[in-house]
Amino acid sequence: MSETWEWLLTSPLSMLLLTLLAYRVGRQVQTWTGGHALAQPVLVAILLVAPVLTFLDIDYTDYRAGAELIAFMLGPATVALAIPLHRQAHRLRGFVVPMLVAVLLGAAVSITSAVLLVQVLGGGDVLARTTAPKAATAPVAIALAESAGGISALAAVLAILAGILGAVAGPAVLTVLRVRDHRARGLAQGAVSHGIGASRMLADHETEGAFAGLSMGLTALAMSILLPLLLAVLL
Amino acid sequence: MITGLTWLLACQLVGEVLVRLLDVRVPGPVVGMLLLFVVLRARSVGDDAAVVRAGQALLRHLQLLFIPAGVGVVAYAAVIRDNLLPLAVALVGSWLLALAAVGWTTTLLERWLPGERAR
Repeated sequence: MSETWEWLLTSPLSMLLLTLLAYRVGRQVQTWTGGHALAQPVLVAILLVAPVLTFLDIDYTDYRAGAELIAFMLGPATVALAIPLHRQAHRLRGFVVPMLVAVLLGAAVSITSAVLLVQVLGGGDVLARTTAPKAATAPVAIALAESAGGISALAAVLAILAGILGAVAGPAVLTVLRVRDHRARGLAQGAVSHGIGASRMLADHETEGAFAGLSMGLTALAMSILLPLLLAVLL
Repeated sequence: MITGLTWLLACQLVGEVLVRLLDVRVPGPVVGMLLLFVVLRARSVGDDAAVVRAGQALLRHLQLLFIPAGVGVVAYAAVIRDNLLPLAVALVGSWLLALAAVGWTTTLLERWLPGERAR
């Protein structure tokens, strides 16, 4: 019995199933609440999986290794963001210059404000380096935080929290800020909340989703270039 | 589904190889995304193509793929609790500032620069 239990707690099968079930519940909650902004499946799933791991005393590294198959699909899914963009490509006309300027500026604002706010509030150097790339998509944030001298796994968590924040609040905040153009809304969301923000936009409006995906890619590029330069100046 | 997935993985692989060969600090999948975009444009691929169907199936469940990394919050719960104020304020503050910066800059430049204004 205890051997079987041991196997259950370490098998990738359990981790995959736990993740899929939690996501399934997350989707169901979204349906029940009539698509309430707070009911983002990724948020609900994390809130379900995390206590289960704590309760059963499963190490995060074990869970992560087991659920690797799901995380692996993030690569091809990122590639797939070219598809909504292709379907919306006619909307790129006359938009390239505003887009590039805005994304570069956005990445600079994002890095600078994150570093300064952490420092001013006493978070220290390492946390500032960890928080700086949080607007980039999780795999990029991991790589950037690592080379910047931050804590890479924590950077991934912060990136995902920034993504969830965008999925929950992005569209409403953009409306309050009076950003109405679908392309501008998508671009802004993708620049701060990457793929998770883009997934919310894709559900709302295809143009917004397409530009959020593109913006996520451009922000990853801009951050890779700007982060080392800005950190050298700021810290 | 398999044909489409093969296309996606092939683009990712070429992207990963390119960033290593050129030694640039850009994620392979992002380069793969740009590659796939070029392929889709060049061949004017329609909505019924295998790659489009597979890609859209993946994108419908994009949030699922972030769960494993997001659960990492349990591993760093103590660090986050000890630095809750700087982390929370920096996360939300910087998110809001950059969101406004990108949204407003795009809107203003669109208005000022000559060119088509499409909605």
